[in-house]
Amino acid sequence: MAALTGSKPDPAPRGRSLLEDAALRFLRNRAATGAAGVLGLLVFFVILGPFLAEWNYEEIDWTTIGDVRTLGAPSLASGHYFGTDDLGRDLYSRTLQGARTSLLVGFVGAAVAMVVGTAYGAVAGYAGGRLDDLMMRKVDILLAIPSTLVIILLMVIFERSLLMLFVGLGLTGWLTMSRVVRGQTLGLRTREFIEAARAAGVSDSMILWRHILPNLLGVVIVYASLLVPEMILAESFISFLGLGVQEPNTSLGALIAEGAGTMGYGTLWQLLFPLSFFLLTIITLYFVGDGLRDAFDPKDG
Amino acid sequence: MPLFDIRNLSVSFDTPDGRVDAVRNVSLSIEPGECLGVVGESGSGKSQTFLAAMGLLSRNGCATGSVRLGGRELLGIATDRLNRIRGSEMTMVFQDPLTALTPHLRIADQMAEVVRTHSARRGSEVGKFCLEWLDKVRMPDAARRLRQYPHELSGGQRQRVMIAMAMLLSPKLLIADEPTTALDVTVQADILDLIADLQSSEGAAVALVTHDMGVVSRMCDRIEVMRDGVFVESAAAEEIFARPRHAYTRTLLDAVPRLDRPAPRNGLSGASPTLLRAVDVKVSFKVRMQGGLFGRTANLRAVDGVSFELAEGETLGLVGESGCGKSTLARAILQLVAPGGGRVFWLGHELTGLDARTLKRHRKDIQIVFQDPLASLDPRMTVSASIAEPLGTHRPDLSSSERRRLVSDMMERVGLSSRMMNRFPHELSGGQNQRVGIARAMITSPRLVVCDEAVSALDASVQAQILKLLKELRSEYGLSMIFISHDLSVVREVSDRVMVLYLGRVVELAGCDDLFEDPRHPYTRTLISAVPVPDPRIERSRRRIRLAGELPSALDPGSRLRFLPSRIDAGETDYVPRLEEVAPGHFVAEHDPFDQLNPAPSGSRWSAVA
Amino acid sequence: MLGYALRRVAVAVPTILILIVTCFVLMKTAPGGPFTSERPLPPQVLANIEARYGLDQPEWKQLLGYLRNILLHFDFGPSFQYKDRDVNDVIAQGFPITLTYGILSFIVASVAGISLGVAAAVRQNSWLDYLAVGFSFSAQALPNFVMGPILILVFALYLGWLPGGGWNGGQWQYLVLPVIALSTSYVASIARITRSSMLEVLNANFIRTAVAKGLPMRTVIWRHAMKPTMMPVVSYLSPVFVYVITGSVFVDIYFSTGGLGQSYVNSALSRDYAVLLGVTILYGVLTILFNLITDLLYAWLDPKVRY
Repeated sequence: MAALTGSKPDPAPRGRSLLEDAALRFLRNRAATGAAGVLGLLVFFVILGPFLAEWNYEEIDWTTIGDVRTLGAPSLASGHYFGTDDLGRDLYSRTLQGARTSLLVGFVGAAVAMVVGTAYGAVAGYAGGRLDDLMMRKVDILLAIPSTLVIILLMVIFERSLLMLFVGLGLTGWLTMSRVVRGQTLGLRTREFIEAARAAGVSDSMILWRHILPNLLGVVIVYASLLVPEMILAESFISFLGLGVQEPNTSLGALIAEGAGTMGYGTLWQLLFPLSFFLLTIITLYFVGDGLRDAFDPKDG
Repeated sequence: MPLFDIRNLSVSFDTPDGRVDAVRNVSLSIEPGECLGVVGESGSGKSQTFLAAMGLLSRNGCATGSVRLGGRELLGIATDRLNRIRGSEMTMVFQDPLTALTPHLRIADQMAEVVRTHSARRGSEVGKFCLEWLDKVRMPDAARRLRQYPHELSGGQRQRVMIAMAMLLSPKLLIADEPTTALDVTVQADILDLIADLQSSEGAAVALVTHDMGVVSRMCDRIEVMRDGVFVESAAAEEIFARPRHAYTRTLLDAVPRLDRPAPRNGLSGASPTLLRAVDVKVSFKVRMQGGLFGRTANLRAVDGVSFELAEGETLGLVGESGCGKSTLARAILQLVAPGGGRVFWLGHELTGLDARTLKRHRKDIQIVFQDPLASLDPRMTVSASIAEPLGTHRPDLSSSERRRLVSDMMERVGLSSRMMNRFPHELSGGQNQRVGIARAMITSPRLVVCDEAVSALDASVQAQILKLLKELRSEYGLSMIFISHDLSVVREVSDRVMVLYLGRVVELAGCDDLFEDPRHPYTRTLISAVPVPDPRIERSRRRIRLAGELPSALDPGSRLRFLPSRIDAGETDYVPRLEEVAPGHFVAEHDPFDQLNPAPSGSRWSAVA
Repeated sequence: MLGYALRRVAVAVPTILILIVTCFVLMKTAPGGPFTSERPLPPQVLANIEARYGLDQPEWKQLLGYLRNILLHFDFGPSFQYKDRDVNDVIAQGFPITLTYGILSFIVASVAGISLGVAAAVRQNSWLDYLAVGFSFSAQALPNFVMGPILILVFALYLGWLPGGGWNGGQWQYLVLPVIALSTSYVASIARITRSSMLEVLNANFIRTAVAKGLPMRTVIWRHAMKPTMMPVVSYLSPVFVYVITGSVFVDIYFSTGGLGQSYVNSALSRDYAVLLGVTILYGVLTILFNLITDLLYAWLDPKVRY
């Protein structure tokens, strides 16, 4: 390349790492990059959208009360772009607020699960033997309890808050992650390059940090990306049941529940706006996750 | 008219990186009853040629040209017409017997479906027929095998099943694609004999696809040499070996180390100081076994009391078949697995039982090169980072520019351009990656390098280059080496002394030429005689000594005294055979006289076949 | 095989015990008991109530009693909320309903998902494949609580073909919508897993051997490819079972079936720990038993694990 023949004598050309390879493959996947673009716009809108709002999410527009069906319908004139909910609150602001909560729960929950699950799984897999048995038996038992029920239990027994929701989702989400990571680590541990590092006198913690973790990266990224929609689903489900985020805060699940409850009364927008945001989020997340998996695991190219 | 005729066959694949032409305009023919060898290195297109003929190309593959069996065109005909031919008139045996059989079907079911699909046999007749054939391929305990699943059989046994399955309906052509590559030498010898016997008794023609010049010289009447998708030379077997015409054929033949010729020694002066001493080293693993309500664990003695010494500058060859403990022994010496007993001394200091920090100081002097060049490098590290890694532990005093210089010097030394510094392993070839592995081992200027099957995964021509490099480094740095390989020819080429292991114990230890010219232990003799020599005239006149049956499991209590049955008969099942010095420096484990090991053909431990 | 089965059972039993103990401990650490309501009760009344429920005993004794009752008599004790009902009564009333459409949904999800996945893989890159992939991709984003409103909107409110809720003794009209709502997204995910698993198996060496034997494609797929294909699918069935169980909570509420989920949420909202724990333990035990079944199924598929 002509651009490289500069004055600086740096003769060794850069190689392309597996990560860069994966990034390139991902960028070539039109469905995935398209979805990532849509998702990016969505996040952008959810954050900046409130500046366009004329009502905030807890204000009640008393003028609509009594006839939400006609007065609360979506209109630019009234400033209720998405209409109002049954109590006369602005659905545009509420939907954005709900989407923010859902995305936050999704990403933070997945991040917590990723960190805990990776650390736990990598240690169990690398240690092996009795410790591994013990650690994995614990995971098996926890996995046997339906996770949504655990979260409901937690939300009931302790106070209902966003923090508790994070704790609950994090507490249950890392289990599968740790299993996957542990399986991968077991495979990595017997690979020759790990033995080579040990023969070179590299310490165990250094091996974990420098060899095991970077090689887990692909799997971890892929599973974490699939965890995000799962977390959003779980949160929405709990909020749908009225056991999640508390009023006046809301989430997409809660809004869908409210909208579904009133759809018999001709206020269909109350269901459709939150529902479209929800579907858009989940579908784009799935596309991105799928694209990541194809990029990191190019088996059926 | 030839039995099998390929005219102008081309095979190409659509890949994300564009069209790849694997086979280009190839023609060959096979006469009835003939054995044709197709040799070439990996990626030469030799397998794809025959997969195309069988209609087995992967979905993205495409074949053009003509393939005829007995005059009938096979390429492009309807699948159901092709199905009447493949499996009955034309059959195929594949390389990897471990994955080629359906894991959830019993052997009997897998064999019977061939019979039911292609013949009129039905009912109990089918089972009897299959059993007959399992006996014909000399399957031990055939009736029981029929009821077993593939994972309960050894690699050699599975390959026998594959062959029986291929021969069931007396095909006109048997295609064998690297049929013995995944097998131990003694098993390979048995399987090759079996194929040759069936070829003559059933009158089938055989197409033998392989990379191994020794195997073709033993088996084939005619040979096609293949490279980059085309045939470069085609001639009778004797002709090819005696007067190779194409330059590539000559390179290929020169690259193959010869078991039957002494290699130039590296001229070790008599009294060098002892570098490494291993005393009664033992390693055992716990393995889960079938049986009992909760299963049981058995102790697998992988290395069972091995002692030896290694002098400064000396190369010790370590040979034996899979499961003999040669790799485990190497790892025990390097303290990568904890020895369960015995002691290892390095320059008089004991290594066994050292704490991690003290041990680290010695690690600088003892390094290892692994078998699989790609697997032994961290895929996420650049080549130079992998080479530099040992410096991080052993030379923390170096500045990063000093370290960089050391690495680039070492890369140049092992034949890699330092421009490759920032490359990743997946961007390099197998041979280049192995050079990286060697550079990593050499970067700390060790005094001993353990090569664990370091050239086994490489093509012959690359193997020769790497061997040359290792020998150069050895004389340049005055290195000692422990050279582990299942390939006796390679071991003969590089070693000063050779140690033969059998189920974790030393059976023979001698100077390299002594061992190969005058093997004393029956196991060594079997092993040496099993290796095919790449010269048809010599190979076909050799007398073969053969073990009946396969290498027994190390968990089988009687297996350790396989060469000393008199002790078993005397009830001393725990007896450990002693090493006796039969000539100066030539040690042989106690064994019963050869002819006593070698009686009746069936149910015996031994048989000799001329 | 028998040994393997017994070993799996031996693992399942302590898991159930630990589950019960964990739930019990969780309940005991909860701030505020079931009877701390807005209107404080007189201390004497509270003491009486606590004595009635055995809450005045030391906690380890309560735990032992709780364990003994559950394990020996399948008795989860009295409800805290309904004075005259046991947890067992609550379960006996709702559980059969939940179980009926739960099992139906599970069967629909597995059968439809597997068939779709196999068909798509065998005809890879055909219109059927694209259709299946497209469906499974979009349907995955349609969890039960999204499907529910949509189904009711379309089939009950606009078309009026099916009832939008109720149980009516489990007549088929009342089953259709809950089962579709509960199973759709799992049809999709099972189809995806089946498809990619089958594609991978079809690339295996033993499939090449089977084709080389001259077997017709039908035989290759059914005899050689099917069982290995099912291995990852069977592992995935356990989570699906759990999702169906949890999802039933929603269906019970949304379709007013009168199933156990309704009582679960009611008890959650009213802090009736006895019912809450009873149902959680029941679902947990079901899950453990189901895991046991899939483990055995797995052993049947793969002769290598049968020791």
